[in-house]
Amino acid sequence: MRDTRQSPIEAIVPQRACLPHASGGQGFMGAGETRQAIEAVFRIERARLIAGLARMVRDVGLAEELAQDALVVALTEWPRTGVPAKPGAWLMTAARRRAIDWIRRARMRARIHGEIAQDLDDAFDTVEAVDAAMDDDLGDELLGLIFTSCHPVLPAEARTALTLRVIGGLTTDEIARAFLCNEATIAQRIVRAKKTIAKAGLSFEVPRGAERAARLASVLEVVYLVFNEGYAATQGEDLVRPGLCLEAQRLGRMLAGLMPGDGEVFGLLALMEIQASRLKARIGPDGALIALTQQNRARWDHVLIRRGLAALARAETLGREGPYALQAAIAACHARARSAEDTDWPSIAALYDRLRTVMPSPVIDLARAVAHSMAFGPEAGLTLLDDLSGAAALRNYAPLPAARGDFLFRCGRLAEARAEFEAAAKLTCNAREAAFLLARAGACG
Amino acid sequence: MRVMVFVKATADSESGAPPTPEAMEAMGRFNHELHTAGILLMAEGLKATAHAKRVAFDGPGRTVIDGPFAETRELVAGFWLWEVKDLDEAVAWVKRCPNPMPGPSEIEIRPLFDAAEIEALLQPEIAEIRGGRVKRWEAAHARHAAVTD
Repeated sequence: MRDTRQSPIEAIVPQRACLPHASGGQGFMGAGETRQAIEAVFRIERARLIAGLARMVRDVGLAEELAQDALVVALTEWPRTGVPAKPGAWLMTAARRRAIDWIRRARMRARIHGEIAQDLDDAFDTVEAVDAAMDDDLGDELLGLIFTSCHPVLPAEARTALTLRVIGGLTTDEIARAFLCNEATIAQRIVRAKKTIAKAGLSFEVPRGAERAARLASVLEVVYLVFNEGYAATQGEDLVRPGLCLEAQRLGRMLAGLMPGDGEVFGLLALMEIQASRLKARIGPDGALIALTQQNRARWDHVLIRRGLAALARAETLGREGPYALQAAIAACHARARSAEDTDWPSIAALYDRLRTVMPSPVIDLARAVAHSMAFGPEAGLTLLDDLSGAAALRNYAPLPAARGDFLFRCGRLAEARAEFEAAAKLTCNAREAAFLLARAGACG
Repeated sequence: MRVMVFVKATADSESGAPPTPEAMEAMGRFNHELHTAGILLMAEGLKATAHAKRVAFDGPGRTVIDGPFAETRELVAGFWLWEVKDLDEAVAWVKRCPNPMPGPSEIEIRPLFDAAEIEALLQPEIAEIRGGRVKRWEAAHARHAAVTD
């Protein structure tokens, strides 16, 4: 292993001879790979690569650059050699050589000569060791990077941007378009987040013990935030942006794969899969929102429903009724109903009663009022809303007057209902939701 | 985008002989990778067509044909449903799949219609022209959903 140490220039370009399956007559995939194909392979490996490198150099920005350098090396090598059998290990070896070179220079600059040899020995794993690590430990390193990019030390919007960038592999331009921001704003947000992480000296480890629960909550929050921005777009013309939902679902599935023993991870996954199953049915041909009870259930995505119900069952087996699992259980009640009339509203009302104890929030209380109105009549809903009217959090919240309008409409109090729908339409920032509410106001005669 | 990834049958899969433990383990590792990458929606292996039936349609006629079926290369031995960013990603994943059969074999990647494409089908001006076709598609979809549910 010591003999493989090379001059700095050789360290930049990995030698084919020491890489597995990269050459020889029995090439794993054959030469002539296109740039597009190589970039597709790189995208698959990118997050794990950055995770492994970030733990090594303790810097997300540098890890990203090193990963990118490895791609450049692959783009020059692979068209000749074909894609190696273990592309992840190959890229990691290439990137590590650059990292070691970087560390060496950094250490020289810092004039801490005494430590160089030891540190470089540690960093200089054999290809076989990297290979083994790519098979096992990198799952842990990836999870560590997810926990780091969702660290509470970062502002919430920085967490989402950074997570979508380093874990989801979205470009800053894609993130900017998804959140209707200017690209420079997103780029700056990501740069600042990386600096904050470096300055805070975060370890890139998966937190353990009591810290883990709090930090996990932050991770799940980021994922659900991304999902919700796609599912119920708060800004702009579109009611939904399915690309963001897909990204969040992918993150959720990754987390479930990496943390198979955590109930809330599966609760969140179940919630997202079931909600996403309705994406196609929620929007009419004219682009307007269709209420859950009006949706064509044949257009629900039954693959996602099945996945969601399986994830929920897993969450329930793992125990402890968390807020995501309870919300997923509510979503599952809708998913199981063959028609809107079949909906088990009393169960949903009971689940909301439990949800408000683990997740007290006026928004949950509002949804609970809706469930009670469906289970026990609009008057029951109005009574629960009366308790809520003072809640500061709901003062300019469009769904509150929208719900009251609905209850009043069902009680036959049409003039009052109309005023509520109109008030709700004024409060919403979503153009299409406003149109939906005004149509309901119009229906009050 | 969603892709259906078909493992095509070979004489080996049609013989009904189970894969070796090594092959099972390699495929298990690959499935685990797909799972932790967050792209795996479904994975199923199919029994040999000796267990299969076909229903042939000809106007009002319906004829049931029992397996096994002859044209091995056209048959499917198993499938995945994946959610990937593009076809290149699907190809990259398929290339790292262990050979699913003892001999030469083939895997076929078929993109599904996505929501936007279906919406386009349902656009009023297009729907008018293709009205019949859309209705037929929806009816087929509803039937399919009813069967698979």
